[in-house]
Amino acid sequence: MTGGPVEKQAASFVQAAPIAPRPAPVTDRGILGWIHANLFSSWFNALLTLIGLYLIYEIASLVIDWAILRAVWSGDNREACLSTDPNLPAGACWAFVRAKFPQWIYGLYPTDERWRVNLVFILGAVGLVPMMIPRMPFKRANAIYLLAIFPVITLILLGGGNFDIDATRWIWLATMLGLALLVILLLSKGADIIEFAPAFRAWIIAAICLVLLYFVLGANFGLTHVETSLWGGLTVTLVVAITGMVASLPLGILLALGRRSHLPVVRLFSVIFIELWRGVPLITVLFMASVMLPLFMPEGASVDKLLRALIGVALFTAAYMAEVIRGGLQAIPKGQYEAAEALGLGYWRKMQLIILPQALRIVIPGIVNSFISLFKDTTLVSIIGIFDLLGILHAGLADANWSTPQTAATGYFAVALIFWLFCFSISRYSMFIERRLGAGSNR
Amino acid sequence: MSAASERPGLRSGHFRLWHNPQVRGVLIQALLLAVVAWFAWEIIDNTITNLRQRHIASGYRFLDSTAGFGIIQTLIPYSEVSSYGRAFIVGLLNTILVAGLSIVLATVIGFIVGIMRLSSNWLIAKIGTAYVEIIRNIPLLLQLFVWYRAVLKAMPAPRQSIAIADAAFLNNRGLYVPYPIFGQGITWVMAAFAGGILLSVLYGTHARRVQERTGRMPPRLAASLGLILGLPLVAAFITGLGVSLDYPVLQGFNFVGGLNVIPEFTALFLGLSIYTAAFIAEIVRAGVQSVSKGQTEAAHALGLHESTTLRLIVLPQALRVIIPPLANQYLNLTKNSSLAVAIGYPDVVATGGTILNQTGQAVEVISLWMAVYLSLSLLTSGFMNWFNARMALKGAPSL
Repeated sequence: MTGGPVEKQAASFVQAAPIAPRPAPVTDRGILGWIHANLFSSWFNALLTLIGLYLIYEIASLVIDWAILRAVWSGDNREACLSTDPNLPAGACWAFVRAKFPQWIYGLYPTDERWRVNLVFILGAVGLVPMMIPRMPFKRANAIYLLAIFPVITLILLGGGNFDIDATRWIWLATMLGLALLVILLLSKGADIIEFAPAFRAWIIAAICLVLLYFVLGANFGLTHVETSLWGGLTVTLVVAITGMVASLPLGILLALGRRSHLPVVRLFSVIFIELWRGVPLITVLFMASVMLPLFMPEGASVDKLLRALIGVALFTAAYMAEVIRGGLQAIPKGQYEAAEALGLGYWRKMQLIILPQALRIVIPGIVNSFISLFKDTTLVSIIGIFDLLGILHAGLADANWSTPQTAATGYFAVALIFWLFCFSISRYSMFIERRLGAGSNR
Repeated sequence: MSAASERPGLRSGHFRLWHNPQVRGVLIQALLLAVVAWFAWEIIDNTITNLRQRHIASGYRFLDSTAGFGIIQTLIPYSEVSSYGRAFIVGLLNTILVAGLSIVLATVIGFIVGIMRLSSNWLIAKIGTAYVEIIRNIPLLLQLFVWYRAVLKAMPAPRQSIAIADAAFLNNRGLYVPYPIFGQGITWVMAAFAGGILLSVLYGTHARRVQERTGRMPPRLAASLGLILGLPLVAAFITGLGVSLDYPVLQGFNFVGGLNVIPEFTALFLGLSIYTAAFIAEIVRAGVQSVSKGQTEAAHALGLHESTTLRLIVLPQALRVIIPPLANQYLNLTKNSSLAVAIGYPDVVATGGTILNQTGQAVEVISLWMAVYLSLSLLTSGFMNWFNARMALKGAPSL
């Protein structure tokens, strides 16, 4: 410690000040370093990079050449999209897409009434956008609007309202509800199976809603009636996808609960239902809905073709939804069930207050995935003769006015792009939600 | 004596029967059973009434009557005078053919793309991502139409076919390739092939014993390849296997001879494989990523080679995660092959649909479809259960 001379001596050959750090070699830093590390780290990687670049160049030049450089942008009929030079075939026929685009959105919906479809789109967006932004308040009211009020408005706007509802059936339904209420109240009298007041309130609300629905659906709003066979294009695609989703969610929850029930008969029926639908392809389900459902109906009763497809899609999706939700139910620790029971909650209150809120939150990504596959699967309704986006595209392709060698390719390209935009944005949104939900548990 | 009877909870009549959870369970189940039975009875009753009104006889006897329609691809002898039952079997075999071949191609593409996504090469990883994100977000039905109507049906007419080495021809009627016709020796060659496989399995067992005893590993790959490929070659030489090729020849407006791969098949095959591969790629990526890096490092620390590490350490653990969802994708692919009906490939749904339209036997045909697909599903889930049980970690809590 006290070696002054030694220090002095050492100073002559020992570095007194630290050497300033030199920058890393040029091949290891900046953009060059990144390229070296990620694209050319070995001869094999370099080869792969070159092959990849070549592949991208080939595909990009092909697509750009066809879709932009050689494309025909405007025209009134097939003449515009035919190449005059035999050595230079025409590219994409965008004129066809421009001519048919209104049909792709509205189908064969009467031109004068298309504002109704637009209004539905706007009302849907008004409900959906605040629902998707996590920071927005009034989520509960928003959800009620989106899941209960909006579908009714859509039904009235698209169909024209003034539905001919058989009042006797309605009265029958109301009587059954009243009977159910009576039975439950008698059963729970004096015991704590169900709390009297909330159950009573729920029934009152249900009754009021039913009466309201009856009057609203039967009311005349002065809108002309539009057959569902005239609905088409993106409108029908969205109607099928969203109805399938909204209808399958509650059914899926019930089936998932049924499959995990302790009652053997309930479990057996749930398993049979789920596995039956999951085991067969959707197209056979749709055939079944379109061919067999009329056979199941009592004599004289007929069900609309679109509604039949909707029933098929909803039941099919419900089975998949049940399996997704079951995954969430299984992920809830047993302690949560036991704690709920220890608090004295009955089965339904335990599920409603403790288990389902947690389980559903876990499976939101799975639900969104089901929705994406449902959205893609809506194209199958075109096989049973419903003019969804793909069906209306085929109707347009059959138009002799537009029959050119490039029409089909252009139409498929454009429709694929529309589907891709929808599905890709939904999947990105699901990833965003997943990260947001994970933020709590990953802390 | 009166203390107990005065406690309010035990007053007789207050504790009713339905407060007993078991009794309530039985009640609820009886109620459900009654509702389902009533629903089923209603449906059956309506169906019988409706069928009687339309004069449609129920039952499967129609399967014996003459079909009267042609099928463009048949794996077993079939003609218009064959029965409906045979037409259904033809469709079933076509489904199995396209599903089986697509499963192979989808697995190959899926593994390649999945590994591409894990590549340290940024560009390759991005290409893999782009493939997955583009393909899986476009409806399969649309992709099938693209392949069928925009690619394969847009091929030139037979007279302007694209010739590949003057032996194979591609046109809008499909792909025509030479068809090999084997001579007498083929049975011996096949027998030698089977024998080769058997011998190589025996040799593998022997080689493992040698390795366990001495620590040195005999060359297994070379020996197996030699046995499996070499033996049939030798047999072919000895028997003088005469292979002749049946070439497709243009006659009139179309090709005759050779093997014709119809565009409907090709479109379905490519569409299904490419679509499912995107999902398989994600499964493979998740599976490989689920093996922790420590496993690889530990294997390296033990002195295992890169390839041995992959084969003995990483893959077995990754496969445990990969196989169940993979089997699910195979099942999805098989179910999706029913979209054949949209492009006119005669699979089980398409031929069944024709039968349905001709006979009106909706209930019977749909029940046959359901039987076919349900048994495929049950087979797959049975395999998955067996596999999960085999691969489950010993001592791990069963889920």
